[in-house]
Amino acid sequence: MANENNRSGLLTGALLAPATAWFLIMLIMPLIVVAIFSFGERSPVGGYVASFTFDQYANLPSRFAAFRNTLTFAPFGTLASLLIAYPLAYFLAVKVSARWKLLLLVLVIVPFWTSLLIRTYAWIFILGGKGIPAMLAFIGIDDVRLINTPFAVMVGIIYGYLPLMVFPIYVSLDKLDKRLLEASSDLGGTPFRSFLQITLPLSMPGMATGCMLVFILLMGEFLIPAFLGGGKIFFVGNALVDLFLQSRNWPFGSAVAIMLVIVMLITVTLYMRLTVGKSTGRDESLM
Amino acid sequence: MIMRLYSATVYLFLYVPIGIIVLFSFNSGRHASDFEGLSLKWYGKALDNPFVLESLNTSLIIALSAACLSSLMGTGAALALQRVRGPLKTLFDSLIYISIMIPGIVIGIATLVALVTVFDLLNPMLATLWPEGVKPPKLRLGLASVIAAHTLFTMSLVIVLVRARIAGMDRSLIEASEDLYATPLRTFIQITLPQLFPAILAGFLLSFTFSFDDFIISFFVAGSNTTLPIYVFSSIRRGITPEVNAIGTIVLAVSLTLLIFAQVLLQRRDKR
Repeated sequence: MANENNRSGLLTGALLAPATAWFLIMLIMPLIVVAIFSFGERSPVGGYVASFTFDQYANLPSRFAAFRNTLTFAPFGTLASLLIAYPLAYFLAVKVSARWKLLLLVLVIVPFWTSLLIRTYAWIFILGGKGIPAMLAFIGIDDVRLINTPFAVMVGIIYGYLPLMVFPIYVSLDKLDKRLLEASSDLGGTPFRSFLQITLPLSMPGMATGCMLVFILLMGEFLIPAFLGGGKIFFVGNALVDLFLQSRNWPFGSAVAIMLVIVMLITVTLYMRLTVGKSTGRDESLM
Repeated sequence: MIMRLYSATVYLFLYVPIGIIVLFSFNSGRHASDFEGLSLKWYGKALDNPFVLESLNTSLIIALSAACLSSLMGTGAALALQRVRGPLKTLFDSLIYISIMIPGIVIGIATLVALVTVFDLLNPMLATLWPEGVKPPKLRLGLASVIAAHTLFTMSLVIVLVRARIAGMDRSLIEASEDLYATPLRTFIQITLPQLFPAILAGFLLSFTFSFDDFIISFFVAGSNTTLPIYVFSSIRRGITPEVNAIGTIVLAVSLTLLIFAQVLLQRRDKR
């Protein structure tokens, strides 16, 4: 018996070993190295000089605009996606017949898993000079500029992340016990009141999950502001690309990256404290 | 009625931009934004371009390797995690959670910085170890680093999917098989694996799509290599051409096909 336990322990270890190695080498070690770099100095030729200084962190205010933009667009983008996604999720969970549900649901999720690059590029096309502005000029409204404006970035954000918001809300609404609504209407509750007192509170976990997923992804966004913000609206992600790939200031870039992770952790923790209920359906929401 | 109209509008919002890219990829005109007529001209141009073909090849190699690695390691880890309890389980859960939640851009940066540092340490060592006269191998960023970085995320994805499947699995069949004196290996091959297979395959397909579509991680760690999204990104930066529309349509078609397949596999689980 002891022998068998031993063997199954070995098997478990062997099966877990590759994943463990991957997490250590590709996740833990890189994060530690970035943290170390963020306390280093930049050599005149652009490399890294080992040292222990807070200079990089002291220099962070020079990238204030990037943090301000990210912390403005991420919450508002999340809120806008939530407001647009909720009615659709409600429609899919409550109103659609079982026959169409699967197809309609797949149609919402699929865009999220296709190339964000191509989907964002489509909006350069639509919002650019020969897209909607040209159509508006045709009916007499001239000189409308859409691309490279906050509006364009917002459209890109909603377009990119709406599917991710719809799915967790759908999951929580779909699990909702319909008898609760019947009970409410039997007791004379108006549909609106039933919605406010039953449906909305019970879909809170789904909303919380969706908001968190979208918010976190927006905090690290690079492509949408790069394509639709035209260099005027830039996020921390754009600052990071610039620092690592163009100006090659790795120590300062590392400090910016660490700061981004810290800001993210703080906002997400605060947010989790504020929202009631545990985020159920986290695993499904990835799909 | 209003709900229907609203939902239809949202679906239009989701699919019209994709439709426009597809439509304009068949444009015969020389400019991206003036539609002149239908033709396959730009597909021909794109597929004649050696840069496009090379980056497509690079992307396919990376996506296939990342998908194979993550399905194998992810499935193994998911099976093993069934038996792990206590702090070790909490540790793994948080590692999986972190690797899924951390933004791709941070993974890209961290991998770039760490690998370059490690390679700088290892390369002189390799040089001293190698016999004289033979050129020592030089470690540098390339396909392998992109595959490794993609596999971090996709492996966690496979673990999540396979674990969900294990949780919903019918245990009575396994018990029956054991009662009938099947060896553990036989039970695994004949009972467990077939039940897990849809989740593993879906994980494989999603990993492939994620890796094939990823831009930001590859942008940081591909070194001098160009993947298809990197090629598309730099051509958009140079200006919009109908060729980009054709490549975009091909990329969309590849991921759409794999995705619909993966979704059907996954949704079937819920129906039972």
